[in-house]
Amino acid sequence: MLAFVIRRIMQSAAVMLAVALIAFLMFRFVGDPVNQMVGVDTPQEEVARLRESLGLNDPTIVQFGRFIGNALRFDFGVSYQFRQPVTRLLAERAPATLELAFTAAAFALVVGLIMGVYCALRRDSWLAQLFQAISLIGVSLPTFLIGILLIYLFAVVLGWLPSNGRGQVVKIGDWWTTGFLTTSGLRALVLPAITLGLFQMTLIMRLVRAEMLEVMRTDYIKFAKARGLRTRSIHFGHALKNTLIPVITIAGLQLGSIIAFAIITETVFNWPGMGLLFLKAVQNVDIPIMAAYLMLIGLLFVLINLLVDLTYGLVDPRLRIAMRS
Amino acid sequence: MPTPTPEEVKGLVGGGAGSPVIRKILDSDILHSFRSSKLTMVAATIVFLCFFGALFAPLIAPFDPFDPAKVFLSDASIPPVWQQGGDPRFVIGTDDQGRDMFSAILYGLRVSLAVGGLGVLLAAVIGITLGLVAGYMGGRIDAIIMRVADVQLTFPAILIALLIDGVAQGLFRGLPREQSAIPVLVISIGLSFWVQYARTIRGSTLVEKNKDYVHAARLVGLPAPIIMLRHVLPNVIGPVLVILTINLGLAVITEATLSFLGVGLPPTQPSLGTLISIGNKYLFSGDWWIVAFPGATLAILVLAVNLLGDWLRDALNPRLR
Repeated sequence: MLAFVIRRIMQSAAVMLAVALIAFLMFRFVGDPVNQMVGVDTPQEEVARLRESLGLNDPTIVQFGRFIGNALRFDFGVSYQFRQPVTRLLAERAPATLELAFTAAAFALVVGLIMGVYCALRRDSWLAQLFQAISLIGVSLPTFLIGILLIYLFAVVLGWLPSNGRGQVVKIGDWWTTGFLTTSGLRALVLPAITLGLFQMTLIMRLVRAEMLEVMRTDYIKFAKARGLRTRSIHFGHALKNTLIPVITIAGLQLGSIIAFAIITETVFNWPGMGLLFLKAVQNVDIPIMAAYLMLIGLLFVLINLLVDLTYGLVDPRLRIAMRS
Repeated sequence: MPTPTPEEVKGLVGGGAGSPVIRKILDSDILHSFRSSKLTMVAATIVFLCFFGALFAPLIAPFDPFDPAKVFLSDASIPPVWQQGGDPRFVIGTDDQGRDMFSAILYGLRVSLAVGGLGVLLAAVIGITLGLVAGYMGGRIDAIIMRVADVQLTFPAILIALLIDGVAQGLFRGLPREQSAIPVLVISIGLSFWVQYARTIRGSTLVEKNKDYVHAARLVGLPAPIIMLRHVLPNVIGPVLVILTINLGLAVITEATLSFLGVGLPPTQPSLGTLISIGNKYLFSGDWWIVAFPGATLAILVLAVNLLGDWLRDALNPRLR
């Protein structure tokens, strides 16, 4: 087990190193950081001194080492557009993205679970057919189109919900801002969360339906029926419990995708999060922000994958035996 | 460009008579399965119409939306014919600059399908090459290529495309957007979608390379690249057609998303995504048609391509028949 854990952690570290290399190469070869910092009329000696003080004349490998050292201290330099430390810019916008992502994930999990269970238990009802049709559309329509559709319906035609921004936010602690505590904040959250969660919801719904149908065919469910247990306790006590393990795994794995896909949702709804910041950075070739965001998302995906693999190692006895031999 | 009705596929791949794909397609089973599925026929018709409209846009479109001499601001934001204030010249209305929506959509479709199709083809070329090399050579090269593929697969394709797009824009900064946008998008899509081809091709190459005909070719003394291209490739290329079709839908969505996000095609050279992004600005003034028609076109096109891809996958898979 220990050997497996160490090997997986080493692999994750190697992946992070590769991501860091890409981020560093972006820094080094796309655009010149010095040109971004000085004006047109800065004298040549000044530019050369700046170049020297930034260490841009050192060998590439030394610069890469310094880049990693800085990254470990969360120092990604100064944004070209905002002239502010990248880390602070990201930290300011992190709460917005995280709240949106978690709300979307919760929505996807709860609604997907309910719809999936319903579709499995009442396979031929018209409502189940409708859910199936919705899931097909949810998979085929691009996220931004769903967002536009929701805005048109609920913000323009019906006027029920706001179409952009976070509403009023409350400050908690030094840097965390939350929209959960005000009515306008909660109302602003509804449409973006649905837009972001819809794809994952259809995914979870299909998964729950398939797993549930599978479990309902097994012998222990037949046996439970033969024992004369109540339908409700068979469905929810026995069947649902056994479908949940793969569902939670998939949902966990999808959390990274939700945060990545937030870029699109945040743009549609003008949500002041990290995704919108990253997009502006891409539009303006603001390499420090792009590099930092890349490292952040890379770390997130690597951590989630590592966690899932390790949990599998703990839970699945077959894997444990395979590791020992 | 992959036009996935069987008749056209036959014409496209035509030359390589030895390929199992051709034999499979000529097989009447496929045609029969095509004729017996109404949904597939509808999807194929839609895809065909989209390609046809895109290809002959300059001939079909009633207006040239990019000819400044024929576009008048006085025609701006005219609603579709059936609404109050509609103009029979513009059946589904005009956009904010007085361009005929129908013509703009045809030209947009042209750009979207060109970028999506070229992107998918580039991805296929990269993926097939790397998959063949990895499978046939094995050893360290194989390990490196597949490791890179694994890492890339953990990230969503759209994120990678966005990143490559950003870097490429930084590199091509000297060029105007009109010139650099299409190559940048094609490269972004190509580099984001190659993994699936590489994995599939590598898998079947590993099986094929131990067969007698490969051993024979090696004994004759043929160099490795010739064996890979002439002997292994025709026998492993079958599944690529299915991946191409399914990925075309994804590529069109990716292009539309990037254009919508403002890092794809500029408004002077709009794709469906750019048109949607323009229309999105006029949603609140009630000019719904500027966003609705390009949006619907994109959704229907992607849905039809996906349905066709699903059908093709089932039809070419003998186990499901």
